[in-house]
Formats: sequence, C-alpha cells, structure tokens
Amino acid sequence: MVSRSMKSLLVLAFSLISLLFSNNTFAIGTADSTNSHHKAEKFDVAKTILDHIRDDYSWHLWGHTSIPLPVILYSDKGLEVFSSAKLMDEHHSPIIYQGNYSYKNIEGKIKVVNADGTVNAELNSKVWDFSFTKNVASLFISVFILLAVFLTVGAAYKKRGVSSAPKGLQSFMEPVVLFIRDEVAKPNIGHKYNTYLPFILTIFFLILINNLLGLVPFFPGGANLSGNIAFTMTLAVFVFIVVNIKGNKSYWGHIFWMPGMHWGMKLFLAPIELVGVFTKPISLTIRLFANMTAGHILVLSLICLIFIFENIFTSIVAVPFAAFIGLIECLVAFIQAFIFAMLSSMYIGMAIEEHHHHGDNEPHYNESDEN
Amino acid sequence: MYLLEINPLVSPAIGLVFWNTVAFALLFFILRKFAWKPILNAIHERETGIENALSKAEKMKAEMKALANENEQLLQKAREERAVLIKEAKEQSDRMIADAKDKAKAEYDRIVSDAQTAINQQKNAALTDVKNLVGTLVIEVSEKILRRELSNKAEQENYIKQLAEEVKLN
Repeated sequence: MVSRSMKSLLVLAFSLISLLFSNNTFAIGTADSTNSHHKAEKFDVAKTILDHIRDDYSWHLWGHTSIPLPVILYSDKGLEVFSSAKLMDEHHSPIIYQGNYSYKNIEGKIKVVNADGTVNAELNSKVWDFSFTKNVASLFISVFILLAVFLTVGAAYKKRGVSSAPKGLQSFMEPVVLFIRDEVAKPNIGHKYNTYLPFILTIFFLILINNLLGLVPFFPGGANLSGNIAFTMTLAVFVFIVVNIKGNKSYWGHIFWMPGMHWGMKLFLAPIELVGVFTKPISLTIRLFANMTAGHILVLSLICLIFIFENIFTSIVAVPFAAFIGLIECLVAFIQAFIFAMLSSMYIGMAIEEHHHHGDNEPHYNESDEN
Repeated sequence: MYLLEINPLVSPAIGLVFWNTVAFALLFFILRKFAWKPILNAIHERETGIENALSKAEKMKAEMKALANENEQLLQKAREERAVLIKEAKEQSDRMIADAKDKAKAEYDRIVSDAQTAINQQKNAALTDVKNLVGTLVIEVSEKILRRELSNKAEQENYIKQLAEEVKLN
C-alpha cells in the first residue's frame, strides 16, 4: 500500500513539474526563436531516440569517440570492404565516400548518391549492404559470451560427472536450463521435447543475453539488437522453418482440411488456418521487437525530458523514473525471452503432436511424457 | 510525422538478417554439440540416478521390513517352542515323579505284603511248633501223670501242679 501511494505521489509530482516546466520552456523557446537565431538548433527528441535505438555503422563509445566497424557492400561491381570511419569527417557528420559508387550515410543507412548529394534510387537498389554494423558486432559479442559461458558449463558437466553437485557457473545455469526444459519444452512440445530442447535453449539464451546487453547503456552493451526487427524476424523465421518442416500429417490436415467439420466449414477454415501459419512467426517477430524497442524508447524519453526542459532539476524526476523503468525492463528482458521460447515450443508442439482419433479438436500440447 | 520517421525501424536490414542467420546457426550447432548435449545428458543421468537410488532405497526398506517381520516370526516361533518344551519337560518330570511314586508305593506294598506273608508263615510255623510242642508236652505230662497216678493220689495231684507250673508257654 505504501509503495502504491508513493507511486501515485511520484506521478502527481511528475505531472505538476512537467506542467510547470513546459510552460516556462515554451515561453523561453519562443522568446529565443523570435529574438535571436544564433542559439543552437532545437533539440530533436525523435531524432535522438531514433539514433539511439537504430543500427549504426560505428559503435559510439563517448563524446566524439567511436569504434569504426567494417562496411561490407556487394554490388554488380563486386564486393567491397572499407572502414565506416571513411563515411564521416572529423566532426562526425556524414561525407561522401567514393567506392565502386559514391556512398553516403543518410539517416543511418548507406545510400548511393549522385554528385549533388541526392539519393540515386536506381543504383541504390543494386547495392546489398552486408556491413558488420553495431548490431552485428553486438550479436557476435553475445554469441561469444554464450559460447564462453555454456562451453564452460558443458565442460564442467563432462569433467565433474553426474555424481558431484554442480558448482559455480554450472549451478547458476542449471536451474535456468531445467526451467526451460521442465516448464517450457516438456509441457508444450510433448514427449519428443528432447529433440527440440537445444533449439529452444539456444533461442532463449540468445534473446535473453541480447535483451540484457541492450539494457546496459555503454559498451559492450547499448546496441538495441533484440529490439531490431531483423534480429527478431530471423529467429522467428528459424522457428517457422522448424515448425513447418517438422509439421506432421495431422498438422497439415488441421490447416487445409479440418477434421470433424462440415465440408463447407473446412473450405472456410482452410484460408484462415493458412494465414495462421504465417501470423505465428510474424507475431513472434513483432512481439519481441516492439517490447524491447518500446522499453528503450521509454527510458530514452525519460532521460530526454532533461534536455527538453533544459533544466537540471528535471533529473530529480526523470532519473528515478528511468531507473524504475530500467528495473521493469530487466523483468521484461526475462519475460520476453521466456515468451519467445514458450511460444516457439508451443508452435512446435502443435506441429508435431499426434492425433489419435479424428474429430478430437482439443489441443493436446499439455500432454507430456511423465517419465 | 514521427511515425514515418520510425519506419526504417520496421524494415529489416538484409545485412543483419544474413549475419544473424550465420551467428545463430553457428551458435546452435556449437552449443548443441558441446553444451546442451553434455548438460542435458548429465542432468538426465543424474535424475535417473537419483530415481534409481530412491527406488532402491524404497526396496531396501521393504526388504528390511520383511526381514524384521521374519525375525519377529522366528522369535515368536522360538518362544512358542520354548513354551512347548517347558511344558513337555514339566509334564515329563511330573510323570516321572508320579511314576516313581507309584513304583515306590507298589514296592512298598509288595514289601509289606511279603513281610506279612513271611510273618504269617512264621507265625503259622511257630504255632505249628507250639502245637507240636504242646502235644508232645501233653503226651509227656500225661505219661508222667499216668505213671505217678498209679502210686499216689495226693502226690499225683501235687505233681500235676508242679508239672503244670513247669509248663511255660514261652
């Protein structure tokens, strides 16, 4: 009760202060814009937040220090690799780099530009961007961390055997692995869970580590990989492939010719079920992407309040709020990884489940082998 | 307006898709071979080990219980046997005592009857002897009386008295 009333108090204070400061700053802003034009350009919240949550060709560390990453482009003139530092001048503003074509970083994407600086859409479509971006670097860092952690744990099991109790990292990871096995894979996939467990475990831990790395505001965190739609889409496509390759006769039967229905109903249900095949991976993609991106935007917006109001005292409200949202995000990091793994195993379970009798449309994915 | 600007966010970049595919495939195959398999196998092995140990313990417990039961039964049987043995021994001893008593009594009876027989025989013999002696004495006395009678009547009577006094039935 106390915490709830504290929260409502905080919300009240926050609303009051924002009301107060917004009037002031708008007043100052208008005064400034009318009186003098030499003030620094207006703070663009949307651009700042977007810059922080999107992919980048270099990894910004602090101030004007950033790690340039390799840009890899494939076009009809062949493969070319160059440092992303060549796309920036000393003030970190984008410049044209003359490779096979003239390239320029426009709003976070490398585009082919004409001599006058406009985007050449025709040539642009010929260039495939396989750059080793910030997100790719973050991905490989997370892969490295996962390999380091789980190869150590795996080796520990091999070395220590089964008779001795797990120790250290091993005992830290075992409950999580067991949780995924007993609470996610076993009840949802059914008795063949052992085949799919490595896949589910890999997906869960890859998403979890990237969710958590995304919450760390500085290197090696800071990349918003799990809030990137390409990342979530790739994982969802992997799930889609596994589900549809492993889908058995009964799975396809339930899609195209629903058993136990009138033939008219069957015709009616077939397109709906077919759409369902594709909405499953799409929902996986968007759920993770949207959740992680939303969390990042929320934290960044709260921090941006300080710059919007141009008043240091805003931080009294904004920083605790950002910290609070950060805590929630920690929870969300686990929940989203869990949900992705949970739904993946549910989809796999629905695809491989055996129907023993026709006309039984009850889902069976809660059946598990009790042995 | 901002929504349009966010648009690049929802268009997946081919580069990241490519690297992600590579990285995920790599991660999956390496982890499956060197991490998940050993970890899951070890956990499974441990679980079956624990299960076996538990069932074995349960079996041992049941066996122990059966053994204890058997012991109890044996003990009970031994107790019963002991009781039977004691009873039998007591009966036997009682019987022996009774037998001995009977025997002793019979012997005693026999001895007594023997003694009585012997006494009777001797008494009879003695009586016969006495009778014979009395007969002889009577004859002797009668002879002497008869001889004296012939001479003196008074003396005769005296003599009879004297003789009568002499006769002492010992």
